[in-house]
Amino acid sequence: MLFFKNNITVGVKLVSTEKGILEKHQNYTSEKLLFGIVLGVLLILLAMYSIVVGPVKIPITEVIATLLGSDVGNSYTIIWNIRLPRVLAAILAGMGLSIAGAAMQSVLKNPLGSPYTLGISQAAAFGAAFSIVFLRAGALHSTSADAVILNNPYLTTISAFFWALISVGVIIIITKYKNADPETMILAGVALGSLFTAGTTAIQYFANDVEVAAIVFWTFGDLGRVSWNDLLIMSIAVIPASIYFIRNSWNYSALASGQETAKSLGVDVEKIRLYGMLVSSFVTALIVSFVGIIGFVGLVAPHIVRKIIGGEERYLMPASCLVGSLLLLASDTAARTVISPIVLPVGILTSFLGAPLFIYLVLKGRRYW
Amino acid sequence: MKLEVEGLEFSYQQEKVLENIELKVDAGQILGIIGPNGSGKSTLLKCINGILEPDTGEIWLNGNNLAEFSRNELAQNIGYVPQKENRKFPANVFDTVLLGRKPYISWKPTEEDLTIVAEIIDMLCLESISMRDVNCLSGGQRQKVMIGRALAQQPEVMLLDEPTSELDLKHQLEVLNVVKAQVAHGVSAIMAIHDLSLAGRYCDKVVMLDNGQIFDAGGLEILTPKNIESVYDVKVSIKDHRGSKLVIPEEPIA
Repeated sequence: MLFFKNNITVGVKLVSTEKGILEKHQNYTSEKLLFGIVLGVLLILLAMYSIVVGPVKIPITEVIATLLGSDVGNSYTIIWNIRLPRVLAAILAGMGLSIAGAAMQSVLKNPLGSPYTLGISQAAAFGAAFSIVFLRAGALHSTSADAVILNNPYLTTISAFFWALISVGVIIIITKYKNADPETMILAGVALGSLFTAGTTAIQYFANDVEVAAIVFWTFGDLGRVSWNDLLIMSIAVIPASIYFIRNSWNYSALASGQETAKSLGVDVEKIRLYGMLVSSFVTALIVSFVGIIGFVGLVAPHIVRKIIGGEERYLMPASCLVGSLLLLASDTAARTVISPIVLPVGILTSFLGAPLFIYLVLKGRRYW
Repeated sequence: MKLEVEGLEFSYQQEKVLENIELKVDAGQILGIIGPNGSGKSTLLKCINGILEPDTGEIWLNGNNLAEFSRNELAQNIGYVPQKENRKFPANVFDTVLLGRKPYISWKPTEEDLTIVAEIIDMLCLESISMRDVNCLSGGQRQKVMIGRALAQQPEVMLLDEPTSELDLKHQLEVLNVVKAQVAHGVSAIMAIHDLSLAGRYCDKVVMLDNGQIFDAGGLEILTPKNIESVYDVKVSIKDHRGSKLVIPEEPIA
């Protein structure tokens, strides 16, 4: 027997049943891998398509040539300044929101974990409203291309991020005080969410109509406002955070079996929960601050993955990244093209599609959580 | 001496739950912890593997103080089978047993990890359901999976919290036979158990808890009507049956 410490005999011939068990597991793992590859290919194809379509249709050959560095007239500017940043923003934001959502759900052992349920989105919206009304970030211009342009977007972003972090901080302090119990986190989040919503409403009440318009516009959630600089900042947060979550997927698996089992398997439960919340909140706060509120992606993407390939964390985490990117990119491409040349804010579309999709998952897939 | 507990005390919000606990278990032994509900059996198990932090007391494993072990080192030496476990998100049998390799895995499981899991699943006769969701299994199968996960930790000591409490007769015996077989290979087991006849059949030593204190400890000879009546408030008669003790409850003492 291999598994007795004092008696390890590696290289022993496996009996056929053991081979059978390993084979089944191998097939099961290959299925997950295949799912990941399919998602990856779909994402690349969709990204290409998304660059092709728009008010100016650019042939795919030209897109590829331009991406490879050739400078062919107009399309170079359109691709590098408008469409590519937007596509990358969708991929990055979708990835970050989804993996953070998956991590929140695992850490909290609650299928409703998301930036919404924890009050992070509402706090960011409050921060944006605060900056627009009190810090004068929101005197706005109107152009034909866009309804509203904030005259100091960075001030709004920083304020949104700051308030989102305040909300995260309050949750973390409460949970630290109450020993990081998942229910406490969710309840504190819900309470903070309504507090910040009340705050935003109060600010709107005292704001003038121009400022109210700016606040409402900010909360829409729009990928068009992301610059290359923003992308750089987002990727510095999203990519290491994703690696952190994937690295910890074994810990999250153990957590799903309950706090006591997790401890007995060597997991430092309080630390893993606290850091998980901290990192996921930080990432969502940052994304929301740059792109506004994009509902449902963080909630729905992990559930789609659970529905298709099951909830094992080590597959869930990377697959959620891909599904989230795909979902947000598809939504944004649709938002740009359905009633072209008008560009809908993607936040509206994700909420429209996400809500029924989520209800469908709840009705159809209840068994999986 | 494999595992030794000295002067262990634990209190929960000022209230003493365990007081002055001393116990020893050798390699190849099953130690049964018996006592009525609320006597501190589960708490004692949780103190041994650090799920709960005792107020005072020392625990030694093969001469090493467990206080100096990291959580991961503890998990590599002590396997724990909880009384009941509700997974929030589903996992199949293979992955659940594989989770027992968690203390050894960094990024991904090695060939050796997978082979160990396959061996355990084969040994526990779970191969036909190795890809099935654990939440959909019967109580007996689920209990075997939990034991399999603890075995995958390659523990020196296994802690089992009422491993037979929800099982039918056949599964009670199957599960305890698995434990017995592991113990024969030099693992030690400490198990909290309600069924005194099963304790009288499978345990080598018994610790009898009453209100968080050791009422009596020793070999099976301490399973006497007098002891059991004092601790459980139930009149019992005891029969020797093929070298094990059968405890037959008669009636509660008013």
